[in-house]
Amino acid sequence: MKSLLDELWRDKAGSTGIVMVVALILMAAAAPLIAPYSPTTQDLRARLAPPVWEDNGSWKHILGTDHLGRDVLSRVIHGSRVSLTVGAAVVLIAGTFGVILGLVAGYRGGRTDSFIMRWIDTQVAFPGLLIALIILAVIGPSMLTVVLVLSLNGWMVYGRLTRGAVLSVRQTAYVEAAEMVGCSSVRVVFRHILPNLTSPLLTLAILEFARIVLAEAALSFLGMGIQPPATSWGLDVATGKNYMFRAWWLVTFPGVAISITVLAVNLVASWMRLISDPQEREKQFARQMRALRKKHAPQGLQETPSL
Amino acid sequence: MGRYFLKRLLQGGGVIIGVTVLVFVVTRLVGDPVKVMLPLEATAEQRAEFEKQLGLDRPIHVQFVDFMGGLTRLDFGDSLWQRRPAMRIVFEKLPLTLELAFMGIGLAFFLSIPLGIIAALRPGGASDRSTVFLSLIGLSVPQFWLGLLLIVVFAVQLGWLPTSGVDTPAHLIMPTITMALPALARLVMIVRSSMIDELNQQYVRTCFAKGISFYRVVGVHALRNAALPVVTLCGWELIRAVAGYSVVVETVFAWPGLGLTAIQAIEREDLILLQAIVFTVAVLVVLINILMDVAYKAIDPRLKLA
Repeated sequence: MKSLLDELWRDKAGSTGIVMVVALILMAAAAPLIAPYSPTTQDLRARLAPPVWEDNGSWKHILGTDHLGRDVLSRVIHGSRVSLTVGAAVVLIAGTFGVILGLVAGYRGGRTDSFIMRWIDTQVAFPGLLIALIILAVIGPSMLTVVLVLSLNGWMVYGRLTRGAVLSVRQTAYVEAAEMVGCSSVRVVFRHILPNLTSPLLTLAILEFARIVLAEAALSFLGMGIQPPATSWGLDVATGKNYMFRAWWLVTFPGVAISITVLAVNLVASWMRLISDPQEREKQFARQMRALRKKHAPQGLQETPSL
Repeated sequence: MGRYFLKRLLQGGGVIIGVTVLVFVVTRLVGDPVKVMLPLEATAEQRAEFEKQLGLDRPIHVQFVDFMGGLTRLDFGDSLWQRRPAMRIVFEKLPLTLELAFMGIGLAFFLSIPLGIIAALRPGGASDRSTVFLSLIGLSVPQFWLGLLLIVVFAVQLGWLPTSGVDTPAHLIMPTITMALPALARLVMIVRSSMIDELNQQYVRTCFAKGISFYRVVGVHALRNAALPVVTLCGWELIRAVAGYSVVVETVFAWPGLGLTAIQAIEREDLILLQAIVFTVAVLVVLINILMDVAYKAIDPRLKLA
């Protein structure tokens, strides 16, 4: 654990990402305490007020207000709740479903395996966004339906990854030993196979989280996601679009919030991949060794051509 | 070989049938198309009339057979919004969507190769780290927001480019860039990592030892071997562009292709037009997948397709 923290500290991008993610989670949790106003309070006398640093800006509304006089900063702070909740819920639902199907396919093999894999292959080739839009149009967009539709579209990656990993672990001696001793198949799968998959699954889940945050924003932007009066960054960009030429801040700040969130999560994911993928670790080690050798070798005596 | 493609074609057929059946089930069973398509204040008679007009008063299996029969003739019926055959509207809009998708992914492809190679030449160096960081940013910026920012800067503030529409080549610039960016970010990463792998191989060292020029070793020998994952990803990006990004990008720039039409069909609750669009996009996805297989075989003749 300590060495892990050490490693995290050395990777500046990864540690920045973690700090940003923690800050975002805290911000979402404490949104009503931090936000200066309620996200839905209208102040019609202060409509389309610019941010502080612009002319006519005031400290009353630091990032300005929208066409109904709602405080942009408060809406951005509250919007984080929707993004993080939707992301976490979808990763949890899609991940659980995909992992279970992948475990079943990999462990049972045979006809079950080929059925599940054919299902996954077929669904991966579906035009996901269009089908999501149709389903949302028919059953009505809301936070719950957005979560369901995005889970329906996103479980296949987990299934594939899990099945592949199960197949490679299945033949190992310790799994055979566990079966020989008479462990039930449930015990073998959960006790002896699943723990091996923790780190690749965790990395995938983090990457998927970033993708889901973007997908929710896109659905809300298209008007088929979170509905007013609820707040969502994507929704705020869509409403700000109508005032784009007069009030640039309405489109800009929610978009910046989405970008920062996704960037932070991506930084964490790429760090996770670096430390959990043995191949990546090996490459990193080789790179460090080469750098060391270069430092100590006399000029012009380098082993590799200067690539 | 022939057997392999037969299998892929059957698989593609499965995808197309799966998509259409899913859309059928969602629109007819889960939701009530009459309720979706008629205003709230419509009377019971109007509803019955409308149901009859669409053939929705018949039992569901008859409707399904009729629907699948129409499918074989590429006939989904008339669009409720434009009152003309839905497939005709689709064929009008399709070239615009394809144009934008190919331009965007093409731009991403041609930019990603030099950028990825430059990054791969010195892993961990300044150019590598800045490329990786910029790619991460490119992956994190929402596409619709990037499009809006481009409009604000280049159309509103500077007035260099038109905000929306399709009349001149200048109209293509911002939608293409918006379409290309996330694909470019992912492609650069993959070109970089597969070039790093290749440049560490023994044959590269042999090439240098034989005195082959630097550009030839990197640009021909190594690049050719690094190309397979890049082509795979390119195919995926093209599929994403046609099936997903087009909706977002076309909405932002009012580009009248299939994606924008899909959004308009949703707004006008025109489920028939929507079915035709989803079907067409599913066919495109299957076609691109098969083309990708052909491209693999051309790049790497060792590959046994099974």
